[in-house]
Amino acid sequence: MPVQLAIALTHLLSRKRQTLVSLTGIVLGVAFFLAVSSLMRGSEGDFIKRLIDNSPHITVSDEYRQAQRQPASERWPTGAVELRRVKPLTEVRGIRGHPRALAYIESLPGLRAAPVLVGSVVLTFAGRIEGVTLNGIVPDKMKQVSTIEDKMIEGSLEQLAANPNGIVIGAGLARKFGLAMGSVVNAASPGGEVRTLKVVGIFRTGNANYDDMQTFALLKRAQGLLDRPNRINRIVIQLSDPYAAREVASIIERGIGYKAVSWLEASEDLMSVLLVRNLIMYSVVSAILVVAAFGIYNTVSTIVMEKIHDIAILKSMGFHARDIRLIFLTEGVILGLIGSLFGLTLGLGLMALLARVELKPPGATELVFLPIYWGYEQYLLAAGFAMASAIGAAWLPARKAGRVQPVVILRGMG
Amino acid sequence: MNPAGREGSPPMLTAERLGRVLPGEVPVTLVQDISLTIDRGEFVAIMGPSGSGKSSLLYLLGLLDTPTAGRILLDGRDTSGYGEDELATTRLRQLGFVFQFHFLLAEFSALDNVLLPMRRLGALDEGSAQRRAGALLAQLGLDGQAHKRPHQLSGGQRQRVAIARALANDPPIILADEPTGNLDSHAAANVRQILRDLTRELGKTVIAVTHDLTFASAADRQIGIVDGRIDPHWRA
Ligand SMILES: Nc1ncnc2c1ncn2[C@@H]1O[C@H](COP(=O)(O)OP(=O)(O)OP(=O)(O)O)[C@@H](O)[C@H]1O
Ligand SMILES: [Mg+2]
Repeated sequence: MPVQLAIALTHLLSRKRQTLVSLTGIVLGVAFFLAVSSLMRGSEGDFIKRLIDNSPHITVSDEYRQAQRQPASERWPTGAVELRRVKPLTEVRGIRGHPRALAYIESLPGLRAAPVLVGSVVLTFAGRIEGVTLNGIVPDKMKQVSTIEDKMIEGSLEQLAANPNGIVIGAGLARKFGLAMGSVVNAASPGGEVRTLKVVGIFRTGNANYDDMQTFALLKRAQGLLDRPNRINRIVIQLSDPYAAREVASIIERGIGYKAVSWLEASEDLMSVLLVRNLIMYSVVSAILVVAAFGIYNTVSTIVMEKIHDIAILKSMGFHARDIRLIFLTEGVILGLIGSLFGLTLGLGLMALLARVELKPPGATELVFLPIYWGYEQYLLAAGFAMASAIGAAWLPARKAGRVQPVVILRGMG
Repeated sequence: MNPAGREGSPPMLTAERLGRVLPGEVPVTLVQDISLTIDRGEFVAIMGPSGSGKSSLLYLLGLLDTPTAGRILLDGRDTSGYGEDELATTRLRQLGFVFQFHFLLAEFSALDNVLLPMRRLGALDEGSAQRRAGALLAQLGLDGQAHKRPHQLSGGQRQRVAIARALANDPPIILADEPTGNLDSHAAANVRQILRDLTRELGKTVIAVTHDLTFASAADRQIGIVDGRIDPHWRA
């Protein structure tokens, strides 16, 4: 054992109580760091997973990212004449040439795509009226890009194929309207078309808004009801690798011209909220470790003052200033190491406890376990930060100890 | 003529017109204009009234303090250009200190205290260092005391442990500041004899500050310090 380490150990042991108190600070700091970080990261992961599972990875819509250029400016790109008040041709909305677009998208690797026509309809049943979103789908394709089929509590999407006048609704809407399997509702489009549809399936996603608002019917039926024959206005895409969404979206956008929005882009504001939340969380838990570091500073400073004669004698013996610094830095390292070790253990215990807590998040309809993130990098982060603050805290008294002039102390001793 | 002084080799320690002034609003002169030469194997006693600057001179000679005037030659080498690390290394290899108060590390056993400088220097492996430390303690009559902590030892025993520690790295020079100042006459005689033997048997150079006339008379030479200067006429 290096002599500096041996001396450092005797110093810490000579001040057992104070050593223990400063250790406790680090232990609690690290444990709290872990518990909070695992919870925040866990809920973040859970949130993103829901986002990835329940929303399309890429949505192609019947919009362009840039406004279409006017024919006149196409014709004279360098012309100085500006035509104002040109009203673009009123066009039938929808993705033009969608079979070709769909074929192009499906030719790309690692994805599944489904055509959808989305529109608003008004449902009436037993005197109640409610505006909902109607998704015209091809059940076989939809099943591949959405988890909705897994969320069915009664019936299935398949039944739409067998029953062209069928509609699949959410559990929330069913409860509000008092609808059950086989019930018949009237659906009216903004254009005035009215159809009678029979409930052939009920789903529950756990997201109250979704369960209240979204309904599904056959694409052909929706095209008829919304008076958009042979049109679709969405292509919903699911990727094998959700994190490739941004790239794939831009490839698709370049390929077919229509706007393709990845889930990352669609939830950019949420992502930045998550980032800010993480920043705040890590600042707070780090602040706790910084406070704990004051305990170490206090302990090491006390030892330096108490052992000032030992420092003088060691220096007179021929110990260098850096040997003396090393002794007190080692004390910080020992406190940091032991504190991190016990802190990680306690933190893991807390995480295991938290993982067993069940609660009902707002907007959800079922009890869920608290999501806990178990990733190893947060242990490294907690221990690393604890070590850094411990060494930082020991550095100041260590530097002071290294500067002790033995003669000054010896003179004082007479 | 000194028996251990070899022809042609430089003196062990030379001080040339040493001065040390403590800076401050009222600068304090600790020592001034001190020139002396000490040979190998010499036992020198530094004497003088209280507050005359004996300890200050010893700290300068032991490279613990830096002079504000003059220079010190150690074995012929000028030390005035040395940096802090070089001074520390020189202390570690060439100089051993014994103080009035023993200054042992309280948490370490006698043996471990003696081992400290050896472990720092690292010239010996742990086994050899342990054997040497044990032998040094035995030579100083501390056979059974090696594993006792300082508070379990008497004043004289502690001072002998301190001497063993000063000898640990086998330095040619031992500096002692009132090594018997805190001991009863019996223990003082013992320590005096040990320091005397260091010069006779091991050829060490011993420079000791003392108030004790018996101690001083055992030395080869007495140097009187009055008001920070050498006083050739000084008599206790
Ligand atoms: N830090 C200081 N500030 C001011 N004066 C000091 C300081 N340290 C020492 N002195 C003075 O310097 C002089 C020399 O002190 P030193 O300790 O060398 O004397 P000494 O001969 O060893 O005395 P003693 O026999 O009592 O040990 C004394 O007069 C002392 O008061
Ligand atoms: Mg003195």
